[in-house]
Amino acid sequence: MSQAPASRPGRRIIPIVEVALLLIALPMPWMLEEFWVLFATKICILALLAISFDLVWGYAGIMSFGQALFSGVAGYVTALLATKSEVTSIFVLMPTAAIVGLILAFIVAVIVIFGRRIPSVVFVAMGTLTGSYVIERLARGWSWVGGQNGISSLPRLTAGSFEIEEGTVFFYLALGTLIVTYILVRLLVRSQFGLVLAGIRQQEGRIAFFGYNVQSYKGVVFSLAGIIAGVSGGLYAFHEGFVGPGQLGPVLSTQVVLYVLFGGVGTLVGAILGVAIIELISYALPQIDWLGADVTAFLETGWPVVLGLLLLGTVMFRPTGLIGLVVTDRERIGTFGRAKVARQPGSTP
Amino acid sequence: MNLLEAKDITKIFGALTALDKAGLVVKENEFHGLIGPNGSGKSTLLKCIAGAEIPTSGTITIGGTDITTATSPERSRAGLSIKFQITAILPQLSVYDNVLLSLQAGESMGRLLTSKSRRSLDPKVLELLSRFRLSDRPDELAGALSHGQQQWLEIAMALARDPKVLLLDEPTAGMSPQERRATGELLAPIKATCSLLIVEHDLDFIKDICDSLTVLDQGKIVATGPTAEVQEDPRVKEAYLAHA
Repeated sequence: MSQAPASRPGRRIIPIVEVALLLIALPMPWMLEEFWVLFATKICILALLAISFDLVWGYAGIMSFGQALFSGVAGYVTALLATKSEVTSIFVLMPTAAIVGLILAFIVAVIVIFGRRIPSVVFVAMGTLTGSYVIERLARGWSWVGGQNGISSLPRLTAGSFEIEEGTVFFYLALGTLIVTYILVRLLVRSQFGLVLAGIRQQEGRIAFFGYNVQSYKGVVFSLAGIIAGVSGGLYAFHEGFVGPGQLGPVLSTQVVLYVLFGGVGTLVGAILGVAIIELISYALPQIDWLGADVTAFLETGWPVVLGLLLLGTVMFRPTGLIGLVVTDRERIGTFGRAKVARQPGSTP
Repeated sequence: MNLLEAKDITKIFGALTALDKAGLVVKENEFHGLIGPNGSGKSTLLKCIAGAEIPTSGTITIGGTDITTATSPERSRAGLSIKFQITAILPQLSVYDNVLLSLQAGESMGRLLTSKSRRSLDPKVLELLSRFRLSDRPDELAGALSHGQQQWLEIAMALARDPKVLLLDEPTAGMSPQERRATGELLAPIKATCSLLIVEHDLDFIKDICDSLTVLDQGKIVATGPTAEVQEDPRVKEAYLAHA
């Protein structure tokens, strides 16, 4: 039941949600206990990964089940640099994570996206899923990268002589990275380039007849999303102090898809909401003890079933996700030309 | 001067020969109609020229450039533009953004990333909307337009990048008589800059706007030439016009 788009632009809700989330996030370290600061940091890092998926699926129509591959490998590479070469500088490790994500995404794009003809959504989904699965299996069997156990006891990130501890400092590092990434991606999807992406999502075949090389646009977006996933993977590894095969595989890749579908595809802010709400529900469900002993006993192990039903219900009855409850399709898709020209200095309305 | 040439086009689907050495020539600044009874192969020939089908044999050139197996972007760069029968506007984008999208297709990715041409393309977008009687609805969703207006919007989009040849597949299908007449009026001025190859069932519309015709029947060319001559051709009357 997708909401019928209003034919004319109406009131804008997304900026209100963005500001509200920012106001909630900024004072967190002063208002919450350390556990919740660590929890919020993890949400910020996973939100980066969710934004990378929203960029490829919500804006470019590429169904990727491989975002964890880019973040996970970036996590492994930075973890190996830290443990085997004793490199801990954030100024080396985070750019490295970004470059690893970029290169890997570009390689996958060459295999599953570039070609003379436009590949199907299913082909890309299966290709990325396979890549994610293969790399996870490889990591599990490769003792040099820790095999099943992964790489643990990572040293702290450093900025010069300053150690970036988990807690307040790491929270603001993750939040700052999320804000900068969000703004850059927002500018991208609302640019003339973003208009091409909107066209690709709605009428891929038609866009090619205008003269656009659809695969090139998809390849660029996919590679850019790889950078974001890579940074997410690097931050995640050093926040948790650990990187393992589970961070490379289809489970995390699918989890990212669910975050975005639940929060709202193609809005960016929906991806962040999806991560926050799913992670909070995942934490809270097993803790519920006021619904009777039987329910409590069930929720201790059966909470994923409840979460799954909740996700299924949302996706079935609100395909635009939670954000679709308050944001019209018109606002979600946005405008690219006239309104923006009118806002530029020197323009006549 | 010949602009678009389709020569000896054969298209075979399994046991069916849809086109059998069919061809046509569209000259500069000419409106050329492609007609024929249902199943004659006219849509297949148009699809081969548009690139939606690759001919089994034969060649297609635009201004001397071979585009027989070219991709859609390559055809567009060669100067070909297409409006298919089924309207393919972007219904969830505004009318303005639909035209901007087609107009900016020649820009580099870097310029689009930085929205360099958004302002400079604005007058051209507004001019196209005005030409196609949509200037009062730029902010409206394209999907909210009437069927006829959606067809005009798509023609405006197809003309945005000043193509050499525009292919139109049944542009007046589903239109009211008034909209059909208006479509003819909207198309007439483009002859100064663009040639037209049009597939249409409405023979009165075709006869009104086309300088020349090609008639297909059972995948073969029955007649081709100036509209007045082709109309009088007894083979055409037998194959098509008499049954129309």
